[in-house]
Amino acid sequence: MTKDITLTIDGKEVSVPAGTLIPDAAKKIGIDIPVFCYHPKMEPVGMCRQCLVEIGRPAFDRTTGEAVLEEDGSPKINWGWKLETSCTNPVSEGMVVNTKSEKAVKGQNEMLEFQLLSHPLDCPVCDKGGECLLQDLTLAHGGTESRFNFDEKRHAEKKVALSDLIWLDRERCIQCGRCVRFQSEIVGEAVLGFEARGSHTQIMTTSEPGFDSAFSGNTTDICPVGALTTAQFRFGARPWEMEATASVCTECPVGCNTVLNTRRDVKTGGKVVVKRVMPRQNESVNETWICDKGRFTDFSADSRLTAPSIGWTDAIASAAQNLSAADEPIFVVDGSLPNEDLFNIKSLADEVGAKAYCYSEVGGGELTTKSGTYGKSGAGDAILVIGSDLYVDAPIFWLRAKQAVDRGATLIVATEEETRLDNFASTVVRDFAQGLEAAKEAFSKAENTVILYKGDDALAQSCADLNPTSLVGVWNDANTQGAWEMGYEAISDLDVLKGKTVYVAGKSALVASALEVAKFVVAQTAEDVQIAVSITEASGSKCVTLPSRNISESLGTFTSAERRVQLFHPAVPAEGDTLPGFVITAQVAEKMGVTLDIEAEDIFANFFDLSYADLSKTNPEEKLLIGGNCYENTQGVGVQL
Amino acid sequence: MDYMLLRHRDINNINQIDTFLKEDGFEGFKKALKMETVDVTNEVKAAGLRGRGGAGFPAGVKWSFMDNNNWPHYVVANADESEPGTFKDREIMESNPFQFLEGIAIASYAVGANAAYVYLRGEFWEVAHFLDEKIEEMEKAGFLGENIQGSEYSLKIYTHLGAGAYICGEETALLESMEGKRGQPRVRPPFPPSEGLYNKPTVVNNVETLSSVPYIIKNGAEGYRKFGTEKSPGTKIFSLSGNVNNPGNYELPLGTTFRELIFTHGGGIPDGKSIKAIMPAGASSSLIVANDEALDTAMDYESVPNVGGDLGSASVIVVDDSVSLDWLITKTMDFFHHESCGKCTPCREGSYWMKKLTERIHSGEGTEKDVELLKDVAYQIQGKTLCALGEFSTMAVVTSIERFPEDFKI
Repeated sequence: MTKDITLTIDGKEVSVPAGTLIPDAAKKIGIDIPVFCYHPKMEPVGMCRQCLVEIGRPAFDRTTGEAVLEEDGSPKINWGWKLETSCTNPVSEGMVVNTKSEKAVKGQNEMLEFQLLSHPLDCPVCDKGGECLLQDLTLAHGGTESRFNFDEKRHAEKKVALSDLIWLDRERCIQCGRCVRFQSEIVGEAVLGFEARGSHTQIMTTSEPGFDSAFSGNTTDICPVGALTTAQFRFGARPWEMEATASVCTECPVGCNTVLNTRRDVKTGGKVVVKRVMPRQNESVNETWICDKGRFTDFSADSRLTAPSIGWTDAIASAAQNLSAADEPIFVVDGSLPNEDLFNIKSLADEVGAKAYCYSEVGGGELTTKSGTYGKSGAGDAILVIGSDLYVDAPIFWLRAKQAVDRGATLIVATEEETRLDNFASTVVRDFAQGLEAAKEAFSKAENTVILYKGDDALAQSCADLNPTSLVGVWNDANTQGAWEMGYEAISDLDVLKGKTVYVAGKSALVASALEVAKFVVAQTAEDVQIAVSITEASGSKCVTLPSRNISESLGTFTSAERRVQLFHPAVPAEGDTLPGFVITAQVAEKMGVTLDIEAEDIFANFFDLSYADLSKTNPEEKLLIGGNCYENTQGVGVQL
Repeated sequence: MDYMLLRHRDINNINQIDTFLKEDGFEGFKKALKMETVDVTNEVKAAGLRGRGGAGFPAGVKWSFMDNNNWPHYVVANADESEPGTFKDREIMESNPFQFLEGIAIASYAVGANAAYVYLRGEFWEVAHFLDEKIEEMEKAGFLGENIQGSEYSLKIYTHLGAGAYICGEETALLESMEGKRGQPRVRPPFPPSEGLYNKPTVVNNVETLSSVPYIIKNGAEGYRKFGTEKSPGTKIFSLSGNVNNPGNYELPLGTTFRELIFTHGGGIPDGKSIKAIMPAGASSSLIVANDEALDTAMDYESVPNVGGDLGSASVIVVDDSVSLDWLITKTMDFFHHESCGKCTPCREGSYWMKKLTERIHSGEGTEKDVELLKDVAYQIQGKTLCALGEFSTMAVVTSIERFPEDFKI
């Protein structure tokens, strides 16, 4: 533990760990020092000069080393003649900081005036309008008239597509370099840079194709102005028109905390839709970032079935009848379902003495339920990534592996193909056996050991044999881990369904595969299955479809690959007559004489020794680390099993 | 007086190694190699040698700041010489290169560096090639390389070219540029002797500073202190330009008056005009009103501030009474706007704003308000920039308007 340092900011005393920078210390006592270039996750650069403050330091007698005192016995404070950038100054004992003195405020206002010299007045059409740092500070401190009395301002290109996903407006850019530093410091992919100099300085992409990074969307969050925007959200909505609902990303098993921003949309006939996905802070999972795959998740499903073709009453009856009549009904799910759905299905299967399988191409489920998180690995730790290209499969795991290396962890990558993680690894092999061997060697010297694997049962077993502190499966779905925690049996092919009556719940692809082999299928899905169903109906097989709600419409929980249970909330009204998956199962069960809970929270409590309230606890320390438009986590950081 | 730095003016062919050796070449370095490293630094400290790049920081003190818990150490010679009106380092490197390289070698020995770099502005590519040849000759003669002169000490010197940016004369921007990054200044502290090139302790000294070192070691601090003043010892090369009859480099003891430089050595003002203002430190200068008091002021680090300027790199630009200063600051602002690196807001935006205002004022379309605004903008920049460039850009502007108001009457 480092010693805490006590200083005074605007007359208030605050104690913070040594090394804390002044803006973060100020934030702790509710004082906002205006910043543009500073971001708490990155090294300070002191470029924008917006955070100018007066800093005084206690005087010391050079010969005795004793503090010099004023006549009244208080410590004498030396004030420099210059204002200083607070972001580049770590706190020191007895320091006195004035952030709102006349001199400090004058300096800050002067910097703001410089920023605004040629800044376009297009806030009314700017995507950032309403959540823009420059706009906020201008409203708070800016003058009403520009002293830059030239007809011709400095103009620059306004529509630069850095990539298919990210647009740059060079006129709005204030050259703070947050985006450049995010890519080089945090991601380790320096695909953005500055070109030219002075007042001609502008952002450029240095990669081919442009802005080649799986994390590019984060730069639009940390951009303090509207220079970087996403193609998807461009002119899509005003920030204040949207609701914000806490959710969990469904694109991979990392479990990034997100916010779904929703609004009624004219393009969809006035329906409330998800306009954009934003990161929500969770320092144990995704910090303040999300990957582009998660950010640009497509929630639209125009051709989705919104009610059973034969009506709910008949559909439930048919499902129950067929399952009851079957000799050996089988229950199959995949990891796209929330825990609550999984639990009700498993309960029903257990009650009727049927097998409950979770379909997963990645093996070793039962091996991963023993160990925990891979956490914030660092010096002294060793990580083996085997069989998975994390950059594609689980980008935030990739980012964390890279950051673990930054902190001094040893990384071994064993994949058949080259991956972007190779650059950061101390050992790279293209053969699993060699990878396991290298890991064994590295693990013998390491404190905490982590294996992230993607492969069959045999590979999982070999990994488990190395006895890592954490064994993490890189599953294809967001909640596959949840199924293992509940005791589902793993299957990687659907041969067992041949000629059987099957309750299938999950993605449409799973339903379609089941339809090919099973005798009768009860299909519960939130996805579009109409095509699959019509093909099957044409071929004479039988099925009943039970359209369920998707994640954006439901309350429930996911368990991440790291065994963190996290809550998501309904963000948009349910489509048509769809029902929550666990309600559908409960209704089918009822017809079969089995009573199941129908409230998400009750179901959850049946399985976990936890409540939704436990999952909703927050960590107040975290918000000190927020910079940019990432959402503060007020809805809970989940619970690590 | 014999030249201490511009020795080639006394001795033909001193840029040839044989001649240099005959003329006591490398005697300082040979002597240093037999001394304790700390004694070398202490000798330079005692000599009171102050940095000739502009800031005037005592060189020996800088060397003593090197962090001995962090290795390796580097020495970098700042040969970016970009200040308008400064052209002294080039003459040293072209005509008296071995003395300069010897200075680098002594400094490197003193701080325990086994690699030293000469960072030259891109336009000096011919000088760089020339220095490369001289470095090779020194290696062949056993003054560079492994176990120099039978000692334990080894040193390599490399040249490195910049790419045409004034800002790279700022020591941390220079280091960034050497590391292959954009030439932009770093936040200081940490200063280079703690974290410099590749985050290792680094001494960055100007060419002229380093070229003064061999004399100090050979003749001792006392020998050096025979020249100049007590607080500004030694000789200095004054690059004289502007409205004078004989522009050029003049090596004179520090403390020589402006009058002597401009009228005795420089031959006075041409065409019977009279002197109006002096820019003692190139484009970064304040404009000193060239009255008798100023002309009789000693050119040293302590005295020039008394008449409202700084000695800086001692590139003395003479302005005669035919020059209207609204024109002059249009020129300096064009320069600083062009050279602002763009890293920090006040310099990037302020130099742009000042350029626009000076142009409007000079074109005759400006108003009195514009002049006031120009001064305001300059004040608004002062004390708030990341490095000294932004600060310097305001000096000529503010002092011209304040000291020569008649040139800005609308």
